[in-house]
Order: sequence, then C-alpha cells, then structure tokens
Amino acid sequence: MENLTNQAYTEMVKKASPPSKSAKNIPMAFLFGGLICALGHFFIQMFKQAGLSDEIAFPAGSIALIFLAVLLTGLGVYDKLARHGGGGTLVPITGFANAIAAPALEFKSEGYVLGLGAKMFSVAGPVIVYGVASGIIYGVIIYLMGAY
Amino acid sequence: MPTHTGNYTITMERCPSLLGFAAVGSKKEADGPIGNNFDIISSDALFGQKSWELAEGQMQKVAAEKALSKASLSPGDIGMLFAGDLLNQITASHYGLRELGIPFMGLYGACSTMSQGLILAAMMVEGGFAGKSMAVTSSHFCSAERQYRFPLEYGGTRTPTAQWTATAAGAVIVGESPSPPYVRSVCIGSIENKDVKDLSNMGAAMAPAAALTLGRFFKDTCTGPDNYDVILTGDLGEIGGTLLAQLMERDGYKLNGKHADCGLILFDKEAQDTGAGGSGCGCAAAVLCAYLLPRMRAGKINEVLFMATGALMSPTSVQQGQDIPGIAHLVHLSTKKSGRPEVS
Repeated sequence: MENLTNQAYTEMVKKASPPSKSAKNIPMAFLFGGLICALGHFFIQMFKQAGLSDEIAFPAGSIALIFLAVLLTGLGVYDKLARHGGGGTLVPITGFANAIAAPALEFKSEGYVLGLGAKMFSVAGPVIVYGVASGIIYGVIIYLMGAY
Repeated sequence: MPTHTGNYTITMERCPSLLGFAAVGSKKEADGPIGNNFDIISSDALFGQKSWELAEGQMQKVAAEKALSKASLSPGDIGMLFAGDLLNQITASHYGLRELGIPFMGLYGACSTMSQGLILAAMMVEGGFAGKSMAVTSSHFCSAERQYRFPLEYGGTRTPTAQWTATAAGAVIVGESPSPPYVRSVCIGSIENKDVKDLSNMGAAMAPAAALTLGRFFKDTCTGPDNYDVILTGDLGEIGGTLLAQLMERDGYKLNGKHADCGLILFDKEAQDTGAGGSGCGCAAAVLCAYLLPRMRAGKINEVLFMATGALMSPTSVQQGQDIPGIAHLVHLSTKKSGRPEVS
C-alpha cells in the first residue's frame, strides 16, 4: 500500500470497472426515444384531425407528452421505463417533465413551500437557467447580426 | 486488560461475547439469497411510518428490540448504546432509538458503522465501562437516495459500477458470556484515499482503506488469509472486492477465495439489478446478524475477520470536487476465546 501512487491506483480502478453496456444501451435509447417522438407526432396528427391549426397542434402535442410523462411518474412507472430506455427517455420533453414531477412527489413530505415548491426544480433547474441564459445570448447575437 | 499487538491491533483479554443479534430488512432484501435468514421482514418499506427517514428509525428500533428479546434482556440491562446511520445528523438513530432510554452515543462512519459500533461496544465491555452494550445501524434505500442522489421516481440511469443501498438494519448486544461468538481483537482503520472521485464507484474508493487495515492486522498478528475461514468486507461490491484482492496480493497476501463481501451476499446482483452489489450501513449489519453470526453460533464458521468499510464523503464535498476518503475497521470474531487461529 505504501508505494502505490494515486495514478497507479487509478489505472487499477479503470481496469476493474466494467464500462457501460453501450451495445445494448444505445439501440434501446434509440428505440425508446424514437417511440416517444413517434407518439408525439401521433398526438400532433390527432390534434390536427380534430381541427387545430399547426400553430396550436405542435404545442398541444408537447403538452400531451408532458401530461403522460407526469402521469407515469406519479404512477411509479416512468423510472422503470427509464431503466431500459436510458438516454431515450431522458432526452425528449418527457424526461424533463419527469425531472420536475419526481422531486415534487419526493419532497412533498417536507411541506408544500420548502419541500415541494423549493425542491421541484432541483434536477431540472439548471436546464432552465442555462436554457434561458443561452437563449438570451443567442438572441443578442442574432439581433447584432441584424437578422431581425 | 486488553493488550496491544503490533502497532494497530488491540487484543481482548476477557473476549466479550455477542449475546444477541437481529436483522431487519424489506422486500428486496427478502428476495435476495439470504432473505430467509432475516429475523423480521417488512414488505412495507415505510414500516408503517409517514416518511422514509422515520421508517429507517423504526427499522433500528425493531432490530434493537428483537435483539434484546432474543437475548432475553430488556433495555434497562444495556449500559451503553452505539448507533449510527447515513442520514444528516444521524436522525434515524436518534429518532428510532430514543424511546429505549439507553445511554446513547451516536456514530457516523458511513457504511463502516457496524464495525465501528461493534468495536466500541466490545471495548466498553472489555474495559468494564458497561456490563452489556449494544451496537445498532441501518440504511434505507429511499432515504439514502433522496439525500445523496436523485428522487426515487426520477428516470436517471445508473452506471454498472454503482451500488444499491440496502433497506436493512442490524443490532448486536455485547456482554460477557461463556458462549460464542467472541470478539478476539479489533483493528481500527485510518482514513485512506487514493484520489477516487467517482460517487458511482464507492467500492473503488474504499478498497485501499480495506487493504490498509487488513494488511496492518495481518502484520500485527503474524497471520494471513489462511488463518481465517472468511474475511467478510462490508460493501466493497464486485469492483472493490477485485481491487482489494489485487492490493493485498501486491503486499504479499493471497486472499485465495477467503474473501466475501456483504454486498454480494445480500443481493443477487444480476437477478436483482443491484449494479456492483449492495451497500449501506444496513448491508454489513444485516449480513453480520442474519447470516454470519448464526453460522458462527452453530459452529459452521469459526474464525472470521469482519470488516465494514465506509466512504466518508458528502454531496457537498463531491460537488466541490474533493476525492472520497475511505475507512475500514476490522473485528476478529471467533468461536474460541483463546488460541491462535490455525492455518486451514
């Protein structure tokens, strides 16, 4: 133990730790992500058929997916799907909905204000912060380039 | 009087006995390979409580009461109680055990708490500071996840190196008795880190501490793996276990199949999807109380080195980019009060 350097041990750890099963994870993520997006399109087509304009049908499709994701989170199903879906269930809008609904459920036990209200954005908060911040930066760039 | 053997090992003279012990678990633990050995299983992971934290405290209380009843003792018979868990301010222990009214000392040794508690409880009896003492610890998957990782329903994925926190508790009562198992000697570990920063690979973070303590104990006692029936680590898991064997071999000790890990005994890691194995204070405590001690009492296993290992980080220290300090405390348990463990 005395003459084991941190670097040498890091090498040992690397060798002993199995890598993620990419051969299984990547196709599964593709499948789940694709299915969620296809479902989104199904909703959009349905709303169009029901007479909604394109401008309304697209956001309505997103809202339907969000509703479904939150419902499945509440029923305790979404995390089980995500165990198989991986990135496929994380990346689409449903993953974002899950990331907000899950802490809301979890931290309800600490009250509605300091628990649910404060912790609701503990996972998704950074996405919102940096999403809005980068939106502003790109907006300024586009404005300066005279695109508008 | 206890004597010092070598630099780090403390050898007991009176060799306190483990008078009573009990293990409590929940559904996933019941479904595991040693599920039938638990004293109490609750399929309700909330243990009738309204929060996961209170549920964990309730597990400790149930485990302590069961250990007392198995030893035909009451809380008033216990002079000192050592307990700890993974939660901030070790609330599971404080809330769960407050009704027992036993003089109490809270411990935080992360997943090494069972060894830590057992060592202190045994020392108190050996030194005459307590007639009987008790060590209790627990972990709960749900309370640990929400404190250290993500909300339960969050659909994140786990890396293959991650471990699964056991929902389990264990309680051991130590006192003087002519019946085994006995605490023969103890070796308190030092904090050791080798720059592992990955929160999802705690086995790797703790393995150097385990190797350090085990090496010191072997050197102090002039023994080796062959002198013992089993060297049982707490929750190194598969990766930590592999690394421990490699580190020990570097120092000239071949574990030769003598090493077992509580995290790999408690769960079937493939069938139960527990990553690199089980973890948590309750993992080592439950395997000790449900699996190891009954076998020692039955005379099936005689010489054991029990070494629970802990990773002493917090979410804050990890977010601040610090590496993860590890610790491992060793307890030599035996069915004999004297004599050197023979090479088998």
